[in-house]
Amino acid sequence: MTQPLNTLQETPSQTAGPYVHIGCVPSFAGLGGIYPEDLALSPISEGAKGEIIEIKGSVYDGTGWTMRDAMMESWQADAAGLYPGQEGADPAVSGFCRFTAAIDSGEFTLRTVKPGAVKGRGGVLMAPHISVWIVARGINIGLNTRIYFEDEDNSADPLLARIEQRPRVDTLIAKKVAPGQYHWDIRLQGEGETVFLDL
Amino acid sequence: MNDLGPLVPRNRDIHPVPYDPGYKTSITRSPNLPLLSMESTPSEETGPRFGHSLIGPLDNNLILNFTKGEAPAVGERILVHGRVLDEFARPVPNTLVEIWQANAGGRYRHVKDTYFAPLDPNFGGCGRTLTDENGHYEFLTIRPGAYPWPNRANDWRPMHIHMSVFGHSFGQRLITQIYFEGDPLIDRCPIAATVKDRAQLDRLVAPLDMAKARPMDFLAYKFDVVLRGRRQTMFENKMEGM
Repeated sequence: MTQPLNTLQETPSQTAGPYVHIGCVPSFAGLGGIYPEDLALSPISEGAKGEIIEIKGSVYDGTGWTMRDAMMESWQADAAGLYPGQEGADPAVSGFCRFTAAIDSGEFTLRTVKPGAVKGRGGVLMAPHISVWIVARGINIGLNTRIYFEDEDNSADPLLARIEQRPRVDTLIAKKVAPGQYHWDIRLQGEGETVFLDL
Repeated sequence: MNDLGPLVPRNRDIHPVPYDPGYKTSITRSPNLPLLSMESTPSEETGPRFGHSLIGPLDNNLILNFTKGEAPAVGERILVHGRVLDEFARPVPNTLVEIWQANAGGRYRHVKDTYFAPLDPNFGGCGRTLTDENGHYEFLTIRPGAYPWPNRANDWRPMHIHMSVFGHSFGQRLITQIYFEGDPLIDRCPIAATVKDRAQLDRLVAPLDMAKARPMDFLAYKFDVVLRGRRQTMFENKMEGM
C-alpha cells in the first residue's frame, strides 16, 4: 500500500451526438429565440487589426463521405500573435469561433483575422496557426488539430517539425486559393488522414 | 498571464475508445493513425472567457426558457447541480457550462430528429450557465426520456443530458453526458459502453440527491465534472514574454 494521491481524474468524454447543435449552435438546429444569438458566431468584431481571411473546407469520414453534422471550435491569437487576455491583445479579437458543416453541402467557413506567430515555452516562435477542436456523432472524444498557412514560413515551427512522416505535414496547412481565401479539409480517417494532437 | 505550467497530459485510459464496433458511427469517424503527442503551449493553455452579461436570467431554467417563463415544460422536474473542478481539486470558477437534451418523451427539438414522440410546445432543450466562484453550477430542467436510435436493431439511449464545459484553457475543452442513477438502459447502451472501465462510466451516472430536492417541487441529481489541470511547481520553466 502507498499513500493515496489527492488528485482527481478528468471526467470521461462522451460523443457530442447528432444533436450537438441544440446545445452549442441552437439556431442551426432550428431552435431560435432562447438566446439572443448563438455563441461565438465570429472570432472577431468590427475593427479587428490584420488581414481578414476565410477558410473553407469539409470534414470527411473514413469512406470519403462529407459529414453534415460536425461542429468545430477554433481558438487563435490576434494579428500580433497575442491571445485575448494577454497584455496588448487586440480588443476586437475574441479569438474563439464555433462553426459547423453545412447541413446540405457539408462545407464549413471560418471567417477571421489571420493570426500572427505566437511565442511558445522558452520563447520559441510557433508559425501562425489556429487551433481547432472537432466534435460530432461517432467522435467519442473531441479531436484537436491546427490550421497553418501555405503562405507563411512554417519551416521552424516546433510542432510541424515533430511530424515524422513529412507528407502528413500538408494535412495541417491551408492552401491559398485566392487573396484572403484558403482551403483546408479535415479527414478523420484513412487516406490523407489529418494529424490530430494529444496535447 | 499566471505562473501555471503545462496542462497535465490527458490520461486517455479513462476516456472512451475512439473506435468501437458496438457504436457503428465510430467505425468510420475514428482516426486510424496515432495522435501526435505534444506538451501544451499557450495555444492550448489560453482559452475563451465568457462574462456574466452573456447569461440571461432563464438560461439555466429549461422548464421555462423556451416560453420565456410563460408556461412550464412537461415532465419530471429535476435540479441538476454540481461543481467543476480540475485534477488538483481546485474549483473552476466563472466557466461556461452548456447542456442539451431530449424532452420527457425522448424527442429532440432538432430539424434532424424524426422520432414520433411529440415535441413539447413548452420545451426547447438547451441551457447554459457560468459556475460561481466555488465552481458550482445548477440547472432546473425535466428528466429527459429514453429513446430508440439507429445503430444495432433495437438500441435505446438511456436517459441522458449532454454537457459541454470550457474551463480556462482551450485544451481543457470537454463534452460528456450525464446519466441517471438506476437506469437499466445504461448497461445496454453502446455509447455508454465506449468507456471501457466500468468505474469510469460510473462517474457519468448522477446520483439522486434528496438533500438538494425541494419538497413538493423537484428532485435533484448531483453531477461533478473534473477538467484537466495545469502543473504548478517551483521548478516550472517560465514562459518568455508571458
